[in-house]
Amino acid sequence: MLIINNLKASIEGKNILKGITLEVKPGEIHAIMGPNGSGKSTLAAVLAGREFVEVTEGIVTYFGKNLLEMAAEDRAKEGIFLGFQYPIEIPGVSMVNFMKTAVNEHRKHKGLDPLSASDFLKMMREKKEMVEIDSKLANRSVNEGFSGGEKKKNEIFQMAMLEPKLAILDETDSGLDIDALRIVANGVNKLKRPDNSFIVITHYQRLLDYIIPDVVHVLYDGRIVKTAGKELALELEEKGYDWIKKEVENNIIA
Amino acid sequence: MNGKSEIAERYSGLYKENIDKISGISSPYINSFREAAFEKFRELGIPTKKNEAYKYTNLNIFFDHDYKSYFMPVTSDFVKAEEFRCDVADLDTHGIVLLNGFYPTINEKLRQLPTGVWIGSLNEAAVRFADKIEKHYGKYAKTETDGLIHLNTAMASDGVFIYVPEGVTLTKPVQIVNLVQSDEDMFNQHRNLIIVEKNAEFSLIICDHTLSPQKFLTNAVTEIFVGENAHFDIIRVQNEHNAACKITHTFIHQERNSVASSNNMTLHGGLIRNSTYHYLGGEGAESYSYGLFLADKWQHIDNFVNVEHAFPHCTSNQLFKGVLDDMSTGAFNGRILVRPDAQGTLAYQKNNNILLTDDAKMDTKPQLEIYADDVKCSHGATVGQLDGDALFYLQSRGINKREARLMLMFGFAHEVIQNIKIEALRERMDNLVMQRLKGELSRCASCMVKCG
Repeated sequence: MLIINNLKASIEGKNILKGITLEVKPGEIHAIMGPNGSGKSTLAAVLAGREFVEVTEGIVTYFGKNLLEMAAEDRAKEGIFLGFQYPIEIPGVSMVNFMKTAVNEHRKHKGLDPLSASDFLKMMREKKEMVEIDSKLANRSVNEGFSGGEKKKNEIFQMAMLEPKLAILDETDSGLDIDALRIVANGVNKLKRPDNSFIVITHYQRLLDYIIPDVVHVLYDGRIVKTAGKELALELEEKGYDWIKKEVENNIIA
Repeated sequence: MNGKSEIAERYSGLYKENIDKISGISSPYINSFREAAFEKFRELGIPTKKNEAYKYTNLNIFFDHDYKSYFMPVTSDFVKAEEFRCDVADLDTHGIVLLNGFYPTINEKLRQLPTGVWIGSLNEAAVRFADKIEKHYGKYAKTETDGLIHLNTAMASDGVFIYVPEGVTLTKPVQIVNLVQSDEDMFNQHRNLIIVEKNAEFSLIICDHTLSPQKFLTNAVTEIFVGENAHFDIIRVQNEHNAACKITHTFIHQERNSVASSNNMTLHGGLIRNSTYHYLGGEGAESYSYGLFLADKWQHIDNFVNVEHAFPHCTSNQLFKGVLDDMSTGAFNGRILVRPDAQGTLAYQKNNNILLTDDAKMDTKPQLEIYADDVKCSHGATVGQLDGDALFYLQSRGINKREARLMLMFGFAHEVIQNIKIEALRERMDNLVMQRLKGELSRCASCMVKCG
């Protein structure tokens, strides 16, 4: 599904990603962990198509296509979804109008007719129930005045509406209380199918109690320095990131 | 002789030539203001950029022009004007049409609505309701600096009078449609007086239209009295062509515990200047001043707001926004004056503008004068491009860049529009703004002028 090969990227001339190689297959959940400043969010930004990140080297293919040549909106229509670490408030744009436009753009891309108003509202209702978000949120402007938890739940709601093939959740868990965390995790688990995949970027192991990853990667200083099964997350929780840092430094010396 | 006095001399000549005609159709009480006002106008002249309140607006191109002034409409014109129908679906109003500033002569000049509300011609009201006119006329439109208000007092001969008696709630708004239509370039002035008595509730919609492509200049003054504990909303919708200049001065005088809002929606117009004066003249009064404009080509839109807190525990809120395309220019000047006695004042002001091109230009100037201690005041102004993060957020959901920009601009504008309480009008504004943002013509269906 997604193949990242030796990806290097910089922001304003500063090298952030220093050669990432990663493959995600359909049905897999990958967790990317790592200390602050290791490049986790930059990786998410590159995959979603943010223009301020400059890719300096490497190839990313998505279902055989060169992802890096695609505009952000085309990536979305091809099934990539980014759950934002800091969702944006957009006063004056209603959630209903926002989602209707997005869903119909996706449908147009697939050669389908736009949904009728009643079908769309029905879909909204079902998805709201599925991800357990307060139905009032959908009547407001996009994220405006939402609490941190509401914003994150709203990301999961949007994901449910757009049914992506590859969802990248960028620290969706940070700042959430346990109830909100459970709702976010339940949303992911309900949306999981054999043909779609998730990249869950997180600083904490906590989320991985609820979303069981197939693979855990540790990102440090712009590189994936360790890849293992779900037990790696527990180890990190117990020991912190220092031992990884030491291991990396020892390797460089060795 | 310099240019300024040349223009002033022209208006002096006009005054002398026409004063008998104007006075002949006006009431003695309204006429009694004319001479002093004219002297004041001669002293102050047409505002230039040296006048702080007009710093960013050059009126000369419209005042330095030979208009065939004081065209008095004939019955057949009024028949045409009467046939004008506002095409906003579901907007149920009591309608009044003013043609070139004059109230129609063909029907009753004053009529009473079922709830006891009077609407009609100011001239007629000056005769029938002399006591009310003497109590309110000329009491709120006060200025020491703006010659145009005095010019209006000196020369305006008609306009709309509305009287809402104590305790009356008029559920249906009154809609004044200002039509300007002539075969010749024309300068017109009119004067409105709105009286909303104690505990009454009333909404007024004013629509400004131009129906022929000639060069037009309008200088209109509206005085509004909002009695104790009364609720009043005024919404002004401006859709004029590029060769038209509209100058409005709206004075809202509020008594204690009253709530008043003003909303200026400027969709199209060559040069538009709206001055809105809110006087919070009693404890616990609340005032809301909103404005939205969309400008392109060489249009210039200027909003001037003056909020005066004269009594304790009043609240005021200003929200003005502009979207500027091409080489259009705009100005916002928001003044908040808190008098020494106005303790416990809350006063807010926000002015946000989006420039869509490098050539568009916006000047924004907050002006806070606070003479009381216990005051919460805030103001903020921004002039910028669309928010790149918000744009990416929409794109990341599959919405293409063009559509995403449109949604953001619409959302930006909708923040002002959403304050319109009349649903049918709010929806129409949303639609007109969306059309305008898409680059389609946003005129009302009954408008014959291609504004381009």
